[in-house]
Amino acid sequence: MDQLLNDFSPGLFFMQAIILLILIVLMRKFAWKPILESLQTREDGIKDALDAAQNAKLELQNLQADNEKLLQDARVERETLLKDARDIKNKMIEDAKDEAQTQANIMIEQAQVAIESEKKSAMVELKKQVADLSLEIAEKVVRTELSSKDKQLQLVESMLAEKSLN
Amino acid sequence: MLVKQTTKFIAILVLLMTSVSTFANSGEHDNQHEEAGGNKVDTPDEINAYIAHHLKDSHDFHLYTNNETGAHIGFPLPVIVWTSAGLKTFMSSEFHHNDNGQVIVNKGGVALTKIHSKIYELEAGADAVVFDDHHHAENAHKVLDFSITKSVFGMLLTGLLMLLGFVALARGYKKGAIPTGFSRVLEPLVIYVRDEIARPNIGEKKYRKFMSFLLTVFFFIWILNLLGLTPLGFNVTGQIAVTACLAIFTVVIYMFSGSKDFWAHTLWMPGVPVILRPILAVIELVGFIVIKPFSLLIRLFANITAGHFVVMSLIALMITMKEAFGPVGSTGMSLVLSLFIMVIEILVAFLQAFIFTMLSSLFIGMAVEEHDHH
Repeated sequence: MDQLLNDFSPGLFFMQAIILLILIVLMRKFAWKPILESLQTREDGIKDALDAAQNAKLELQNLQADNEKLLQDARVERETLLKDARDIKNKMIEDAKDEAQTQANIMIEQAQVAIESEKKSAMVELKKQVADLSLEIAEKVVRTELSSKDKQLQLVESMLAEKSLN
Repeated sequence: MLVKQTTKFIAILVLLMTSVSTFANSGEHDNQHEEAGGNKVDTPDEINAYIAHHLKDSHDFHLYTNNETGAHIGFPLPVIVWTSAGLKTFMSSEFHHNDNGQVIVNKGGVALTKIHSKIYELEAGADAVVFDDHHHAENAHKVLDFSITKSVFGMLLTGLLMLLGFVALARGYKKGAIPTGFSRVLEPLVIYVRDEIARPNIGEKKYRKFMSFLLTVFFFIWILNLLGLTPLGFNVTGQIAVTACLAIFTVVIYMFSGSKDFWAHTLWMPGVPVILRPILAVIELVGFIVIKPFSLLIRLFANITAGHFVVMSLIALMITMKEAFGPVGSTGMSLVLSLFIMVIEILVAFLQAFIFTMLSSLFIGMAVEEHDHH
């Protein structure tokens, strides 16, 4: 202890204190402050960059999921569209068929009506023709029949016979 | 680029060394080495004296002594002392490497001499130092010594190295976020001190304020410890004045940044009987003002001094064991053992800087801590 106290130099202590103080001040101003600030800035920068990368990754994943969903939707939509189109096509064909059928039926109907009326008028004509023809024939027959007295009597008798039969 | 810089550095170093040795040679002839036992250091007593001398601070930068010519290789450092006649400055070469009070330097009416690396002022009228039985000077007293001693020189060198290295690192960030060259080595160390020492001990909110002190002290101690392991022979962190100063800085910092909670807990501990509170306050205060800094300063001082002592003793084995094992055996043993201890000392150099900074931030953390509830 005595040796230690003897070795203790107040002058050296004083010089050391001055040097250390000046060194701390100088180092603080010219070295530590800029170094620590730069380190802090750099670390913050690295942290931000890492965060940004993480965010970008997440965003990309979201985007991919969105894309997948859109694609799925589109596929479903196409299916629906195709199905609708097929349905419409079938329906149109069906409708057209029905329409044609109805039209044809109407036309057949009209034709039948026309044919009927034609037939009737033809029958009327025919009857008239037959009546005329019969009259003419009858006139001719009557004229010939009534040309003699015998014959007129014969006729009256046959007619009477016919009457009595009725 | 690096090769060019290195060549430049070596050129400057060589230039410095040659000029130094020229200086050293010029004033040497009148100085026959007068220390006891002659030139060679080869007995256990001389080795012990040599080690003891190394562990002390010194007023000149001494690298090597040529035994044949008696020339000292090194350079003198300025002596600045506060004497009874005011401030005196001169170069340490005026003592002619004498360290036992035989060379007296007269400066404006005061006679100064150097005994065991301390500068003494002789009392008025005396022209030679008189020693008592314990080799203490009877007619001289120590003066306040603000000299640029070897330790101060080491500290200045360390400060310069730190400024060069870290200002370069700070400038590097202006060019890009990633440092280049030697700064790449320094940056992880700064981050280490911040993330492993300051943040966990002081807390995320308050650590910033103390970073300048902690970083400076960490690198200061570490570089000085490492300089002590070079053949330049610094022993700065083994000077008790230096470690005491570092510890007192820590105390001042944590005492002045103590939070309300810290003072409340220290001076009037809640949750204990009132009678015990003053006693606890005394214990706590003694702990914070005396024991904690004392443990800091003694730990660093003792570790570094012991390290230097062990390394030098192991190197000296090649002399002390020469008779027992022969020159080859003793040199080999000394080499292996000192190499081993040297590797440990490199670890210790870091470890002590780390522990000092760690404990400082722990104490600061205790002082600034705020408790949420009572």
